Amino acid sequence: MSDTKSAEPTQDATASTVATDLQDERLIQNSGAGGAVRAFFIRVRGGDLGSLPVVIGLIVIWAVFQILNPNFLSSTNLVNLTMQCAAVGTISIGIVLVLLLGEIDLSVGSVSGLAAAIVAVTFVNLGWNPIASIVLALAVGAAIGLVYGFLYTRFGVPSFVITLAGLLGFLGLQLWVLGPSGSINLPFDSFLVQFAQQWFLPQWASYTLVVLVVAVFAWQLVSQARRRAKAGLSAMTTGSILVRSIALLVVLGVVTWYLNLTRGVGAMFLFFLALVLIINYALTRTKWGRAVFAVGGNVEAARRSGIRVNRIFISVFVLCSTLAVIGGILAASRLAAANQSSGGGDVNLNAIAAAVIGGTSLFGGRGSAFSALLGIVVIQSISSGLTLLNLDSSVRYMITGIVLVLAVIIDSLSRRSRRAAGRA
Amino acid sequence: MLSLRGVGKKFGAIQALTDIDMDVYAGEVVAIVGDNGAGKSTLVKILAGVHPPDGGTIEFEGNRVNIVSPADSKELGIATVFQDLALCDNLDVVANLWLGRELTHGGSLDEVEMEKRSWTLLRELSAKIPSVRTPIASLSGGQRQTVAIARSLIGEPSIVILDEPTAALGVAQTAEVLNLIERLRERGLGVVLISHNIADVQAVADRVMVLRLGRNNGDFRVADVTSETIIAAITGASDNAVTRRAAKTAATSMVTEVSE
Repeated sequence: MSDTKSAEPTQDATASTVATDLQDERLIQNSGAGGAVRAFFIRVRGGDLGSLPVVIGLIVIWAVFQILNPNFLSSTNLVNLTMQCAAVGTISIGIVLVLLLGEIDLSVGSVSGLAAAIVAVTFVNLGWNPIASIVLALAVGAAIGLVYGFLYTRFGVPSFVITLAGLLGFLGLQLWVLGPSGSINLPFDSFLVQFAQQWFLPQWASYTLVVLVVAVFAWQLVSQARRRAKAGLSAMTTGSILVRSIALLVVLGVVTWYLNLTRGVGAMFLFFLALVLIINYALTRTKWGRAVFAVGGNVEAARRSGIRVNRIFISVFVLCSTLAVIGGILAASRLAAANQSSGGGDVNLNAIAAAVIGGTSLFGGRGSAFSALLGIVVIQSISSGLTLLNLDSSVRYMITGIVLVLAVIIDSLSRRSRRAAGRA
Repeated sequence: MLSLRGVGKKFGAIQALTDIDMDVYAGEVVAIVGDNGAGKSTLVKILAGVHPPDGGTIEFEGNRVNIVSPADSKELGIATVFQDLALCDNLDVVANLWLGRELTHGGSLDEVEMEKRSWTLLRELSAKIPSVRTPIASLSGGQRQTVAIARSLIGEPSIVILDEPTAALGVAQTAEVLNLIERLRERGLGVVLISHNIADVQAVADRVMVLRLGRNNGDFRVADVTSETIIAAITGASDNAVTRRAAKTAATSMVTEVSE
């Protein structure tokens, strides 16, 4: 009894030096490097898996394919892999956005095919300036999203049904736009095809970019830590910032160096990465992004806090369709052609699967723009590995299907354990 | 501060509220009690701007006002905490507190300032929230209620309306919320408390207003009224199980006293 009494004043004295947000005695303190690791394990056990399953999955997939075919992890193949990711990955960013609201867009494949058809017909057959073609396609994409948003918010039609109708309708429109020829080749010297096939960063530019990105990342952490310290809140230590920055520098540096062994970092892949970063910024640092998560978590709560819920729905549907258009144009440019099967086949499902495999929840309110990147890398790795093994698309479809089911099972299980651990 | 005169509300063939008079003063907790269907929730919804009233006048600080939308109510400085709290489970405490009113710093969210002010607010309320960066899902019922009440204070309201804040809470958590209500009164806010629980009402309210079948049925100072009187006003009769039991215990205690 006397022990506790004598301990009290000292505890008070220490409390005043502890940051405002760490004063509660019930809070488990995880400071230092060991603490960070411990906190990570607590989070994972609580079902807050983040991108852990997909990273582990990727390592397993790469290891298996590397054993089966030593060319899999060659620089040439990885450069190809990055280029294959960009188009569907861009579409997948849009899917991440609609999934965050707990909605779905099944028509992204058709919309991307329609965009390819519009660009090809206006640019090649009608001789428009390619920029004008792209602008028209983007406008059509935005209009499609606007119609979806309007139908959803005004009539309350489930997005599943609206976009299923769109899947069929815009496929029809794509065939109609292409006309009887059915296939249009884009000229190889056009900047679209050059951008998607030929443009790679020079080595010096790629390394400069890596250094710049890491510098911005570190500067952000430092300025945030300074502001938090000034406000009397717990701040990240300089050591921790240094470790993170160096880790990022090493990862980006090694990847860039390895890709630079052959063709290097493609302009189209870089464009995709930039889109991921922009959407990530919008989701995590803006009022709009906060509103998207709120609507995905609890629509009624969002409405009562004065968020204009309908605008959020419409803006997300518009962004999703527009990103599908961009993805469609990238795909057509890479193929140097638009045809009746553009955007068909597995594009739709790959885009949706990538978002889910990457860790965006199907139930809304949970996910990140980076899941589009991670998910599409997984899907394209499977596809590329099986191609190297001379297995055709039948096997690829089946394996991608299995991976998707695994990803959804992980999503459902982690949701359950989040509930149990109070992190729903 | 706020006064209602002759307010009525009709839903189809039902006259939900008739001729309601009500006053709310600064630094005072007024409890609204009544049976199910007495019109408590309708009255709250009128004040919150969810349903516009059919008749009567509402005065706010001496000026006649029209409350036809939730935005009107918010603008006047009336904050409402609904029974279902309306929190986003997937967001953390800071995000929930500032939802729809986020502070920005050069175009992006100012997380640091929001977190700092969240702590200040929660400290002022002596709220026991271990960390403002945990998702709402990990908080207890009382803590969620605290967050919901704290959120209503972000907009610097002058009146806070709490719809059944202690329903579904345990003993300790109820005490926590009742403490919080005391603290709101100390801040000089007018508090309207809707409750079914007479014990809670007697614990924190200064005045209690009874609704019965959509009409005023008594306005008492809590200090000089017994729970039997309140219950009688709620049920509209002085003859019910509670009063009978009270009468019986009074009678038996008298008998025992006599026998002694």
